[in-house]
Amino acid sequence: MTFLFPITLLSYILATTAYLVYFAGQKKEVRTVARGILFAAGIIHTVSIVGRYVEVGHTPITSMHESVSFFAWAMTWGFLSFRWRYQVKNFGTFVSIMVTILMILSALFSQAVVPLPPALRSNWLPIHASIALMANAFLAMGFCGGIMYLLQEREIKSRKFGIFYKRLPSLEALDNLNHHCLSIGFVLLTLGIITGSLWAEQAWGAYWQWDPKETWALITWFIYAALLHFRLTMGWRRRRAAIISIIGFSAAMFTLWGVTYLLGGIHSYAG
Amino acid sequence: MQVDQIMIVGVNHKVAPVEVREKLAYTGDCAHPVIEIGKIPGCKECCFLGTCNRVEVIFSGVDSEETVKAVRKFLFSRSNLSDEEAKKYSYSYTGKDAVNHLFRVAASLDSMIVGEPQILGQLKGAYREAREHKSVSLILNKFINKSFTVAKRTRTETNIGGSAVSISYAAVQLAKKIFGKLDNKKVMIVGAGEMAELAAEHLIAQGISEVVVANRTLANAITLAERFNGSAVSLEELTAELESVDILISSTGATDLVLKKEDLKPLMRQRMESPLFLIDIAVPRDLDPKLNDLDNVYLYDIDNLKDVVDVNKSERQNEAGKAERIVEEETLKFMQWLDGMEVTPTIVEMRQKIDDIRQAEIDKTMAGLGELSSKQKRSIEAMAGAITNKILHNPILFLKSDTASVDQQMKLQIVREIFGMDSDS
Repeated sequence: MTFLFPITLLSYILATTAYLVYFAGQKKEVRTVARGILFAAGIIHTVSIVGRYVEVGHTPITSMHESVSFFAWAMTWGFLSFRWRYQVKNFGTFVSIMVTILMILSALFSQAVVPLPPALRSNWLPIHASIALMANAFLAMGFCGGIMYLLQEREIKSRKFGIFYKRLPSLEALDNLNHHCLSIGFVLLTLGIITGSLWAEQAWGAYWQWDPKETWALITWFIYAALLHFRLTMGWRRRRAAIISIIGFSAAMFTLWGVTYLLGGIHSYAG
Repeated sequence: MQVDQIMIVGVNHKVAPVEVREKLAYTGDCAHPVIEIGKIPGCKECCFLGTCNRVEVIFSGVDSEETVKAVRKFLFSRSNLSDEEAKKYSYSYTGKDAVNHLFRVAASLDSMIVGEPQILGQLKGAYREAREHKSVSLILNKFINKSFTVAKRTRTETNIGGSAVSISYAAVQLAKKIFGKLDNKKVMIVGAGEMAELAAEHLIAQGISEVVVANRTLANAITLAERFNGSAVSLEELTAELESVDILISSTGATDLVLKKEDLKPLMRQRMESPLFLIDIAVPRDLDPKLNDLDNVYLYDIDNLKDVVDVNKSERQNEAGKAERIVEEETLKFMQWLDGMEVTPTIVEMRQKIDDIRQAEIDKTMAGLGELSSKQKRSIEAMAGAITNKILHNPILFLKSDTASVDQQMKLQIVREIFGMDSDS
């Protein structure tokens, strides 16, 4: 089923192209086409992941190739399910670009099937890893929302209306989008850390041992916790929320990649 | 046989000054204009559109100079202008030009403010009245309804009505880009002035829930506040009041600044950083330009708003070009339909439709019958052909007959409707 991966990647590139065409021309028919392609890409991607599961014999979220691909998959379906609830103008363009970037990254990692290290042979693997990656997917959507907010705010503040003013929704809507994504992302992140800790106790005999990955996950968690807390108490919203969601997402990405490649530690399996 | 033409005689803001336009026939006349126009010989169907910027008589009938002249005479009957002068202040279109004209009017390409949406509603009203007086039938029904779809198409496919072309409306659009929905928002008007009031009115129309008026003289503030059902405060209370305000419109005659950056800065924390949209319409300016440096504060002065409007106006001009092309295209399509409204094309079209049915049914039957000799096949085809010819015989005779008692258009309409020939739109 490995042949499905390039097809998935290609469909995402196609969907992004369609979304960019829509972004430029704002023709509703183009958006319908773009959505259709993204939906199809999501389905092909699902089949490809299931195929890989059958092929490798365990949930395919252990190698970097697999986990980034899963990350992109979660983001696609997160976005599509979101769209069903409520609509944010031109959000799809930003999300599809992000998904495509992730898929290209995933393609760059080795696609070889490596036998599962003994420590990962546990029922916790699909639970912990998929929750953590889904958290990343929602935080990534919050990141997109934050970028959109800053782009829109820059044009309103400078009184120079460029390509974004008309195309992006109101600041209020973008702030709500950001909050919405981060609320879900934060809950998943919390669950990811809890399940990780439970698994750590089972595998290594301790709930928490300040492994670099654990530390960075906690730093990320604190960033988002602070944002969500101060949103209510001190009005950390809008511009500040947008900036912090970008910082938080950078921390989340460092937890995913930076720690593995720069800091190492016992948690660094993927590579 | 002479086919009926679509014609329009009209007056608009471009060809006649208001002194002339105000003396034209209008819908408030005791007998509705369509009744009077309907009496004009050579005029079969008619619709009367009267607005403050234009009066149009849309009618169909035999194309002749007398008919047009008679319609014009009716239009100008309340003024004492001669036909020569009336001709100068009006226009008349026939056929394709008339079609193009009404489509442009409906799409708001002929309006004083290009893209303003009221005209479509006015045209719909005129059409409804014409229907009530039964002064429209086949051709005008199709024509005027088509103009609605053309107008709708220009709105969905171009951005002709999209951007604000007045200062107060530009302010409303900006407010929406900042706050999303405007309900539950509080607006404060500082000072008085037509433009500030206009902007406030626009905002209230968009659902603003609360209005506060601040003025140097409290009495003036109270008067204005009453108009908007709001509260009044004195200028000294302004800063304190700002804690709960979302939009501030300032237009005092003061020579110095009413609000400075230092005044607002400490307030932003109390406001929980909720955004503040400041609109400064006053010259000299009321609001410190440095206010815009504060986070979540958006300051627009009159020049900024004018810039927005100018950009929008030029953009609207571009969009109007696109809309013109849609109108051109639709005019051609409609003319094709109109050409089909003659006897010969209708017969051809009817025959084609029945032949298609015949062929489809023969194919279906043949497929189910299995192997047939060529002789059997031929007789089935011959039978089907005979049935269709016999069915079509009388309708064709009916169309070709030249009885004076039945109107030609009526005959076409009946046949076309029975055979479902215009069902596509």
